[in-house]
Amino acid sequence: MNSVWTIARKELNDSLRNRWLVAIALVFATLALGIAWFGAAASGQVGYASTPATIASLASLGIFLIPLIALLLAYDAIVGEDEGGTLLLLMTYPISRSQLLLGKFLGHGLTLALATLIGFGVAGLAIAALVEDVEIGNLAIAMLRFIGSTVLLGWGFIALAYLVSVRVGEKPVAAGLALAIWFFFVLIFDLLLLGSLVASEGKLNADLLPWLLMLNPTDIYRLLNIVAFGNGPQLTGVLSLGADLPIGMAGLWAALVLWVALPLAGALVLFRNRRI
Amino acid sequence: MSCFHLENVSYRYEKRPVLQGIDLRLEPGEILGLFGHNGAGKTTTIKLILGLMQPDGGALSVLGGQAGDPQITRHLGYLPENVMFYPQLTGREILSHFARLKGASVRQVPALLERVGLGDAMEARTKTYSKGMRQRLGLAQALLGQPKLLMLDEPTVGLDPVATADLYRLLRDLRDMGTGIVLCSHVLPGVEPYIDRAAILTDGALQAVGDLAALRRQANMPVTLFLDPVRSTAALEAVIDQGARGQGLLTRADNGRLRVEIKAGDKMAMLEAVLGSGEVADISIHQPSLEDIYVHFIGTGGLAHRGGSQ
Repeated sequence: MNSVWTIARKELNDSLRNRWLVAIALVFATLALGIAWFGAAASGQVGYASTPATIASLASLGIFLIPLIALLLAYDAIVGEDEGGTLLLLMTYPISRSQLLLGKFLGHGLTLALATLIGFGVAGLAIAALVEDVEIGNLAIAMLRFIGSTVLLGWGFIALAYLVSVRVGEKPVAAGLALAIWFFFVLIFDLLLLGSLVASEGKLNADLLPWLLMLNPTDIYRLLNIVAFGNGPQLTGVLSLGADLPIGMAGLWAALVLWVALPLAGALVLFRNRRI
Repeated sequence: MSCFHLENVSYRYEKRPVLQGIDLRLEPGEILGLFGHNGAGKTTTIKLILGLMQPDGGALSVLGGQAGDPQITRHLGYLPENVMFYPQLTGREILSHFARLKGASVRQVPALLERVGLGDAMEARTKTYSKGMRQRLGLAQALLGQPKLLMLDEPTVGLDPVATADLYRLLRDLRDMGTGIVLCSHVLPGVEPYIDRAAILTDGALQAVGDLAALRRQANMPVTLFLDPVRSTAALEAVIDQGARGQGLLTRADNGRLRVEIKAGDKMAMLEAVLGSGEVADISIHQPSLEDIYVHFIGTGGLAHRGGSQ
C-alpha cells in the first residue's frame, strides 16, 4: 500500500508542477460559468436559464472534454516510463506491476478528481452566490451528481488509456490509439447505433436496444445527468432509447463504475504479460 | 548464504536460446566481472537474477530466496546500462522517490548524493545533468538501503578518470563490508585490478569462470619477456636459444630489446638461464591481461560477435 501511495504521490506532484491540475480546473470553471451565463442565449436573452438546462449543456460539453483530458493525462503512464528507461528500474524495486499501475491510477485519478471538484465546484458556488432566484438545494444536488459522474467518466477513460499504455511499445502509437478511443466513443458510437437502428428496420429486439447504450460510458454519463431531472430537458437522438431502460439511476451509476473497474482490471492483466 | 546461485540455468526468447547451461555463483564480499560481446547474455543473466524474467530451465536462488520476491529485491541494488531518470525532478527528489519505493530511509539521501559527488547538484533538475552526473545518480540509486548484492551494468560510462577511480574505491569499500558485486563492463583494463573473479560469456554459454590466475592457466597463453642485452642482442639470443631448448619464440623488437614469448610453465627456467648468463641488463615480464584472456576465449571471430543485439 505504501508503494502504491508513493507512486500516486509522484503523479500528483507532477501534475501540480506542470500546471496540469490548475489548467484543467481553470478550463472547467470558465466553461461552466460561460454556459451558466450564456446558456439562454439561444432563446434571445443573456442570463442563467435553469439548473437542468445548465447541467445538460455542461454534460454535453463534458462528453467531449473529459475523455480527451483523461486520455491525454494517462496515455503514457506505462509506455512513457518504458521509453524513459525508468520502468526497468522500477521493476527491480520491491513493487509489483499491479502496485505500480494502481499507484498511477490513484495519482491520475486524484488529479482529475481534484481538477473537476475545484473547477466545477467554484462555478457552482459562483452560480449560487450570483444568481438571485436559483434554488440552492436543487443546484447543489445536480452539481454534486454532475461532478461525481464526471469524475467516474474521467476515471473510466484513464483506465481505457492504460489498456493502450500497457500494451504498446512506443509513445506516439499510444497517443494515436488513445485518440482513436476518443473518436470511437465520443463521435462514432452513437452514429453506428443510430445507423444500425435505421438499417435493421425495427427487426432488432426492442428490449435489447436500450442496453446497447450501456456499451458507451459517455452515453451513460449523459443519461445520468439528463434523466435525473425527470421531465426536464427532452432526451434526443439515441438517448431517447435510455428512457426505456429498466435499471434506474442506481443502475446507471453501477454501469459507470463498471466502466472504470473493467478496463482497469483488463489493464492490470495485460500489464502482467508485458515484456520488460 | 550465496548472493546468488545459478545452476544449469537456461532461458529462451521466441524459441531462440539466449542462455544455456549457466552455472555461476557469487559469495558475499566478492567482485565478479561479467564479460561478453554484445548479445552474449550478460543483461539477460542480470535480469534473471533481478527477477524480471523467469528462467526456462535450471535453478536460481538469490540471497537464499527466490528472485523477484519483494523481501529479496529490497536488498538488491541495480544500475542499468544508460540509466535515465525523470527530467523534471531534481536529483534529490528522484532519490527520495526511489528510497520510499525501496522502503529505505529518506534521510540517507543527501549523504548518498554527497558520497557520489552530486552534493552541489542535488537541487538541480536532472535534465540539466551531464551523462556522468546521471550515471552517479544511478549509482546512488543502486546504493539505497545498503544492498547485499549490487549489480552494475557499465558503471563507468561517462565518468572521468578521477570519478572512475572514486567509483572503484567505493566498490572496494563495499566489498570489504561484505557486499557481493557484479560488474559488467567493456573497459577491461579498467576493471582488471578490481575484480576477484571473471566470468566470460559467449553466445549464451559460459566460456570460463575463475580468478585471473586460474583463467590464465586455463587459457594457457604465453608470457612475454622483454630483455635488454648488456653487450649485444646476438649474445643474449644465444643464451635464450640455449635456455629455451628450441621452444621459445624469438622476436627482435625495434629498439634493441628482445621480445620472447614463452609458456608460463617454462618461464622460471628461462629466467634462471638468462640471469645466470650475465648477458641481460633489464627484464620486464608481461602476463596476459584480462583483455588478452577475453580475446582468447571469445575467439578470433570477435568482430562477427559484435553485431548481436542486447
